[in-house]
This record gives sequence, structure tokens and C-alpha cells, in this order.
Amino acid sequence: MGLALLQDILRSRFTKPVLFSLCLVPLSSLVWRAFYGDLGANPIETITFFTGDWTLRYLLITLSISPLRQWFGLTGLLRFRRMLGLYVFFYACCHFSIWFIFDHALDFTDMFEDVVERPYITLGFSALMLLIPLAVTSNNAMLKKLGKRWKKLHKLTYLILVLGVLHYLWLVKADYLEPGIYAVFAVILLLHRLNLKKWLSSPKASIQSSLNN
Amino acid sequence: MINIKKVSDISSSAITPESIYLRRREFMKASGMLGTAMLLNPWMTAAASIPIGDYARNVITPKGEDEEITPEEDATSYNNFYEFGTDKGDPKKYSTKFTTDDWKITVGGECAKPGTYSLEDLIKPFAIEERVYRLRCVEAWSMVIPWLGVPLASIIESLEPTSKAKYIAFTTLHDPQRMPGQKRSVLDWPYREGLRIDEATNPLTLLAIGMYGKTMPNQNGAPVRLVVPWKYGFKSIKSIVSIDFVEQQPLTSWNMSSAREYGFYSNVNPTVNHPRWSQKKERRIGDLFKRPTLMFNGYAEEVAHMYDDMDLRSNY
Repeated sequence: MGLALLQDILRSRFTKPVLFSLCLVPLSSLVWRAFYGDLGANPIETITFFTGDWTLRYLLITLSISPLRQWFGLTGLLRFRRMLGLYVFFYACCHFSIWFIFDHALDFTDMFEDVVERPYITLGFSALMLLIPLAVTSNNAMLKKLGKRWKKLHKLTYLILVLGVLHYLWLVKADYLEPGIYAVFAVILLLHRLNLKKWLSSPKASIQSSLNN
Repeated sequence: MINIKKVSDISSSAITPESIYLRRREFMKASGMLGTAMLLNPWMTAAASIPIGDYARNVITPKGEDEEITPEEDATSYNNFYEFGTDKGDPKKYSTKFTTDDWKITVGGECAKPGTYSLEDLIKPFAIEERVYRLRCVEAWSMVIPWLGVPLASIIESLEPTSKAKYIAFTTLHDPQRMPGQKRSVLDWPYREGLRIDEATNPLTLLAIGMYGKTMPNQNGAPVRLVVPWKYGFKSIKSIVSIDFVEQQPLTSWNMSSAREYGFYSNVNPTVNHPRWSQKKERRIGDLFKRPTLMFNGYAEEVAHMYDDMDLRSNY
């Protein structure tokens, strides 16, 4: 009963615009706080951490679609996945821009020096670079044009997830609780992707199948 | 109930240790002229707080340029004080019930006057000074804070260290009931810090009991903390309960946590990066963009001589 209702909601033509607006709530709350001077003593740091957090959250949400679909039969979820993925890119761009503008005053040389010298920044920057081809190919035309290759290309998301979580873990001074939570989520999603059960019974077959599908 | 009177307001540009002393004499004169209130009752004591009597402002931060005192609201709401939580807002949030009545400091090791002192007894013999210092955090942000305190050198002198006292070790209170952040082992509690004896007796080093003309707020290290302005902020240990004079270099908390990243000296040094991030620049709280970090946080004139024979790359 409840599940059927959920399926109906997922199929409704209003759901997508509603979800689209919901995804803008974190950014709106940030703008609201900025307007009322509620970003604390170090607003740039607050914005950088906030947008970084939401990039990882949207990434985890996007990658949860496929397990949720399988476990609960929520087939209607799939049509939101590309939109959620684009929000990952959107929040990642905000995160990067704030850092590039305020930490490096838009100085490319200065910025690239940091990218090369600081491993955690190397990881974060690589993740952003890898998001670009995914964002560019997330429209219907590219999906059709690339066919089977589209799926293969978009498996990069898992690599991006690993890079993103390591990027966070690597910058922490002593308290690993928050990045640790992201890491646990990421590991669960990766294990699901690798299809652990099959893998344990017949490792070769499963790796083959997870690479193919 | 804090009774505070500002005696004089002497500011100047970068000054040498000698001139600090000169200025102290000026202050003595000025306070003498101000009358007898201070002499009769320099410790107009409030029941539950460390009393701050009269004090003289002694501006050590070069003024001019674009250096301004950080808003008090920022300096008391954006804190690294893991004893009350690891988020910058946690110390203010979770230290409201922290009480510091009858604060005792245990003095031990290589000195003629070991024992347990009340904070008041330790501080009482000396004139309180206001020192405006830059504070540079290892995380690459900074503030400018007007501290109230006593030069640590005066207190050390009164405790009569022996010739074996090469270093001083400090410890923060360890009481997870009162400091809830200690319920999680993000660091190996209690928090420990240390200085070489010449660093501890450098005229810049302050034992602070207040800031912004008030007693020390809980979130900033009440009731008593160290301020070592040429070193990264974590060297300025908060809520001190013990001072030990020792012969060997003592263990320090962040060094124990990650020796590669946090050395014993931890002098502010834009040419030696933290292994994970750059120390070339810093964001002054209140600014949007970063500014260059200065060698020894701009106090090279006062402190560089202590490190003349040292390779600051290996002694980071």
C-alpha cells in the first residue's frame, strides 16, 4: 500500500520539479545566512565546508538510487539520477569557486601550485575534473549518442566518490567522525556495486558481471 | 563582578624587548599618578572570578597597515579548544557551565618553590598588562587579540627554577565531567604543552587571565592560559593546572598526535609548510582574502635570536 503510493508519487510529473527545488534548499539556506551575517567568524571557511559537505551528500544520494531501486523495487527513482548527479557537479563547482576566488584570489599559478603540492587538494581537484565529462554527457542527446559507452563512462562516479571521501579524510586534523561517516556510506555503496555475495561465491564471475552491467 | 580600570593607553609600532620594559616604567609612573586606589586595593576581588585590577595597555602588534583588533564576538565564538568539542562553535556552546572557582596550579620539578598555588597567589604580586598580539592558528587563520596577563618570566622568576630547569611543561585540566570534549579520545588527554626556558622567559610570553578587558571567557581557556604569539596557536595552552620545570624536552599533545606535522617548536614560519597544507598565507578573521604570513608571526625582532643556531626546517 505505502510502497504503491510512493511509486505513484515517484511517477508524478510534479515530483521532478519539486525535487529540483528541494536540492536548492542547502544553497538557499547558505545565501540566507550570508544575508543575515550568520556565517560565523570565518564565513569563507563556513561556505567552503558547507558546499564540500553537500557535494559529498549529493554524491552519496545519487549513488544510493540504484540500491534503493533494487532493494525496495522503487523503479521510479531512476529518472532523477542524472539531475541529482548534476547537483553534485553544481555544489562541487561552488566549493571549488569559493576556494579559488578567496583562498587564491583567482590566481591560476597559485592555485595550481596548491593542487600539485597538497595531496588532499590533488584528490579533490581530480574529482572535480572527472565530474566534468559526466556533467557534459548527462543530457538525453549524449545518452543516446554514447549508448553502451555512456554507462561505462558514468562508472567514473565510483572513482569520484573514493577521491571525494579521501579528500575530506586527508584534511582533518584529529576528529575523523564526520568524514568517517561518509567513508562508511561510501564503502557500503561500493560493496553493493561489487555485488559482494556473488563475488564471495565466484570472484571472477562477479567482477566480470559488475564491470559489464 | 569584575572591576577593571585602564591606567594608560600606550601604543606604538614594532618595539624591541628593551622598550617594552621602558614602557612598563612609564606605566608605573602613570599608575602612580592615578592615585592610591590601586595601591590600597589592587585586587578588588569578585567572588567567582579571577580579579583583574588596573592594567596598562602595551601594544606590541605593529599598528597601522590594515591591522585591527578582531571583534570580541569573533574571538569568543570561533575557538579551537577540543576539551569542549572539535567544532569551532563547540567551546562556546559546551563551556557555559564550566566553573573555575578556587583554581589551583601545581608547580613541580626543578625549582625552589614547588607546591600547589591558588591562581590568585601566583598572579597577585605582579602588575597586569594588556598586550595586543596577533594569534596565528596552524590552520592558516589569524586574529588580533588584546590579552590581559602577566609576563610568564615574572612568575617563573618567583618560583626560582634551578639550573637544571631547561624546559617548562604545562598541563590542562583533565576532567571529562567538566570538559565534555574529553569523553572522546580525539587527543591523548590531558592536553600538554611545553616551552624551552628561554622561550618561556622571553618578554613576549604572557600568562593570560583575561582578554578584551574582561576575565578570560571559558571558551578561550579560563581561568588562565599561555599566550606565545610567535608560535602557532596550539602552543598557547589553555586552562592550565600544572607547571613543571624539567630537564628534558617535554611531550606535547599535537606532537604526540602527529609528530610529522606538529613539531615541539611550532614557530610560525611561512617557509615551512605543514605537510598537508601551505603556511605561506593566512586569513585574518574578518577578511575575505588571505594575506602573507610573517616569519615568527611578525615578532622576529623579539624572538629570532633564540633560534640563531637552529635549522628551523628540521626543528619545525
